[in-house]
Amino acid sequence: MKNRFSLFLVLMLTSVMAIALCGCGGNKADDNSLITIGIPQDLDESLDPHIAEGAGTREVLFNIYEGLVKPNSDGDLEPAVASKYSISDDGLVYTFTLRDGVTFHNGDPVTAEDVKASLDKCAGTGSEEPLVAAFSIVKEINIVDDSTIEVVLKEANPDFLASMTAAIMPAGHLDGTAEVIGTGPYMYVSRSPQENVILKAYDGYWGEKAHIKNVVLKIVPNADTIVMELEGGSIDMMERLSTTQAAQLSDKFEVLEGTMNLVQALYLNNSVEPFNNTKVRQALCYAIDPQEIMDYVSDGKGTEVGSSMFPAFTKYFDRSLNDVYNRDVDKAKELLAEAGYPDGFTFTISVASNYAQHVDTAQVIKEQLKEIGVTAEINLIEWDSWLNDVYIGRQFESTVVGVDASTLSASAMLGRFESTSGKNFTNYNNAEYDEAYNKAISITDDAEQTKAYKQCERILAEDAANVYIQDLPNMVAVNKKFAGYEFYPMYVMDIASMYIVE
Amino acid sequence: MKYVIKKLLSCAITLLIVALLVFVAFSIIPGDPALSRLGTSATESSLAALREQMGLNRPLPVRFVEWLLAALKGDFGTSYSYNIPVSSMIMSKIPITVTMMIMSLFFMLIISIPLGVYASYKEGTWIDRVIQIINQVIMAVPPFFSGILITLIFGVTFRFFRVGGFVAPGVDMGRFLSYMIFPSLSIALPKSAMILNLLYGSLNSEKTKDYIRTAYSRGNSSKAVFFGHMLKNAAMPVITFLGMVIADMIAGSIIIEQVFGIPGLGRILLTSIQNRDYPVVEAIIVMIAAVVLVSNLLVDFLYRLVDPRVEKK
Amino acid sequence: MKRNSDKINFILGLILLIIVIIPALIGLVWTPYDPEAMSSSSKLAGVSLKHLMGCDNFGRDVLSRIMSGSSITLIIAFGTVALGTVVGTVLGALAGFLGGAFDEVLMRINDVFLAFPSILLAMVMVALLGSGKYQVMLALGIAFIPSYARIVRGEFIRIKNLDYVKSARLAGAGNLRIIFVHILPNIKTVLLSSVMIGFNNAVLAEAGLSFLGIGVQPPDASLGRMLSEAQAYFFTRPTLALFPGIVIVMMILGFSLMSKEIR
Repeated sequence: MKNRFSLFLVLMLTSVMAIALCGCGGNKADDNSLITIGIPQDLDESLDPHIAEGAGTREVLFNIYEGLVKPNSDGDLEPAVASKYSISDDGLVYTFTLRDGVTFHNGDPVTAEDVKASLDKCAGTGSEEPLVAAFSIVKEINIVDDSTIEVVLKEANPDFLASMTAAIMPAGHLDGTAEVIGTGPYMYVSRSPQENVILKAYDGYWGEKAHIKNVVLKIVPNADTIVMELEGGSIDMMERLSTTQAAQLSDKFEVLEGTMNLVQALYLNNSVEPFNNTKVRQALCYAIDPQEIMDYVSDGKGTEVGSSMFPAFTKYFDRSLNDVYNRDVDKAKELLAEAGYPDGFTFTISVASNYAQHVDTAQVIKEQLKEIGVTAEINLIEWDSWLNDVYIGRQFESTVVGVDASTLSASAMLGRFESTSGKNFTNYNNAEYDEAYNKAISITDDAEQTKAYKQCERILAEDAANVYIQDLPNMVAVNKKFAGYEFYPMYVMDIASMYIVE
Repeated sequence: MKYVIKKLLSCAITLLIVALLVFVAFSIIPGDPALSRLGTSATESSLAALREQMGLNRPLPVRFVEWLLAALKGDFGTSYSYNIPVSSMIMSKIPITVTMMIMSLFFMLIISIPLGVYASYKEGTWIDRVIQIINQVIMAVPPFFSGILITLIFGVTFRFFRVGGFVAPGVDMGRFLSYMIFPSLSIALPKSAMILNLLYGSLNSEKTKDYIRTAYSRGNSSKAVFFGHMLKNAAMPVITFLGMVIADMIAGSIIIEQVFGIPGLGRILLTSIQNRDYPVVEAIIVMIAAVVLVSNLLVDFLYRLVDPRVEKK
Repeated sequence: MKRNSDKINFILGLILLIIVIIPALIGLVWTPYDPEAMSSSSKLAGVSLKHLMGCDNFGRDVLSRIMSGSSITLIIAFGTVALGTVVGTVLGALAGFLGGAFDEVLMRINDVFLAFPSILLAMVMVALLGSGKYQVMLALGIAFIPSYARIVRGEFIRIKNLDYVKSARLAGAGNLRIIFVHILPNIKTVLLSSVMIGFNNAVLAEAGLSFLGIGVQPPDASLGRMLSEAQAYFFTRPTLALFPGIVIVMMILGFSLMSKEIR
């Protein structure tokens, strides 16, 4: 017994020594075609590009799937799976010519049938509702010949081309939940829950092939450890750092500064007391000072927004809406008293804990609201719960989050406030807005339509649908071993453009 | 033998109640798992179909029995948030957490036993005092703070390891093990202090016992007395403690995984609790309870093996 | 010699606790700065005469936050121990005193709860109840009940069969009288010692839960949460992690040293 025990001890000791020796010296030369990128949360359950809700999932899928057209870093739509397209003069018929030599990750060439099947899936042909809302105006999708597809609309909409970024999937594998087969520069390899997602460059890609062969997307769910992971070398790159995090990084990292292209706001559930009262919402707008929030959260960086539109959308962004409400505590108190809350009230802000900026913003808001006698309680929840309870279930009072545009169109930012929209998570219900919005989407003249969209933005601001705050600065830390990161005017992470610096 | 069977039986019953309580608790919680899986695209008919498929519209007892029968075969259902079998999700994480626990158990023993013996040998000297004081302080360090301190000292200052680094065991075993050293040490340190304390106390009380004096007076060498009698008897409370420590180590590993960014069972459990992925939570909880119960049982048997006098408590 | 060193332990523990508890008590009514007040000019300020422990990323005074954080931690620990002791004692007393089927059922359930590490049990409770100060108190309190019940039950069974209790019964004392007059006073040392250990465990568990982000919610200061947040500033401001960590260690050390003497 005794002897066996000491033998065991010796064995264990030597094995640990061996491990320690090979381990501590073991950070061997990096395989030069691997990049490890930190992402703040695991991808959605479904990697189906037509279903995925989370912006964090979509920005990864951008590398795997492509539509007939896809946005470039200037925000212009370029042909992708299609090689060219034409739009009829009445704006009702879109004709796409398929590009030669585009293959799926399983090696099969993309055929007109695949395209039709993918678009039919989005339009929900055969069922009562379209899977992708923007496809509700699609009348029919026709195969003209082996390399030509025609999309016919019920009504014209200048924004429609942006919806053609919808992913093309193989006709026999339309369930993206089961299999991930796209045409993009990277192909999906595997995922390990709460650990990582692995991608590999696709050798058969039709365009410029990705420079870095292997990509590990490592999940870093704790915002507090991001700096450690970057400095420690366990991740090479991370997007959307706060300025405080970026300031701590050593010169091993290049910190690029862009914008996040989203609208961060204190989103209010318009159907619950007291936020169903316009005066209460306006009072909050008067009490909350976006500039002060930016000072705390991002050292003054960031751009104030006054409605549901971010500045990179220069065409639609209306700077004058920033001044609809300027900080005015007395006015806020007055409005509260008029609304029947002279002594303020208490409410809960639900925030996804993995987004440091939103959590920090909520804390500053809490302080600002104290001055008008309103008590905010912060409830930190996991991203998935946020998605289920707040976004999908709409069981919340208020939340701080950034809402981005899934396609490059104004309707992507404004459509969700139409009272019947499936994405109207704030339960905003305003007949005037519905009318203005429905009018706007049906206008075919571009200039007129832009004006109408701006009117929608104004209604959202004046009616204080939510407390709009800012478009956050996007600090991207990239290890100097890598370069080529490009900012997009939307929520996209283009890994294929990156390369290794020798 | 009768004793063994009785113990096994009571252990099984306890586990059954654990499973029942956990299952019922998570079933009566408000919230519709079908809705959270379908998301915004949910229509009434697809919801109903999914509820049917997930078996949510059948009575609770039926569901429990089915779940239990499947669980006995190793099938814990499907994860809500990943839509993959819970068992495969857990299986891939078990090696990580188990490695960490074995390593910390090992660290615990190699730190505490020699030091405890040494301190007891030097009882009353200043070395003994110093060890006691340091020990007392270390005992009070919670595992997450020891993790943070170790990260600060060895990760940030001396750069012995990559902070937040992790390599899956399937990718590179050696590097995986090297990344486990410091997390394991963080779990082990406070616990080693407790074991040291325990061993020290029981060695000292053994010293004064009559049989030891008798053994010495018979002219046995001090080494023989020490290993032959004292250590064996003094080991008893340590063994009991090791049994209890398993539960604590599991709790510690959940927290330590968070500090070191290790995607093991603890991380899955934590995110599943927060995401209300109940099949995963149920499976992990039942598993942990099983491990704790079985280790208690083993300690019980071991105890009888070391000291046959222990017949009944 | 033995008694002497235990006395020293007790006094040391007491001193440590006084150092921690007095500021926490003061923290209930007064802190140098408002623990939640932000100031952009003192963001991540270092240790200075103005801010004895520096400031966090919002320019909040760390000393003030530690003071109010420790009082929140201690209040939670107090609530937890109170709930655990009272309910645990009642259940344990009944089980030990009545014995029979009641005892059997209760102890079976007890075993179930004891099969979990208390922090894990609390995590499950938080999953059921939601997170926040009071939920944590309730969750930990419930998690603590079984261990108290077990201790009290054991003591009851032991004392119940002692001669003096038997003779009291022969003298015609009722059950209640026996429980309250004859048994309870005799287990108070055992109980007091486990209350001290309970405080120790409660502080540890609360800090652990908050560290994991499912305990006390921001902006309420909590020592565990402060530690977790400080990880973001490891490279530039390690003191942000050290101060709350040391306070936790002092609390736990204080309680454990004192419980040693009582035992």
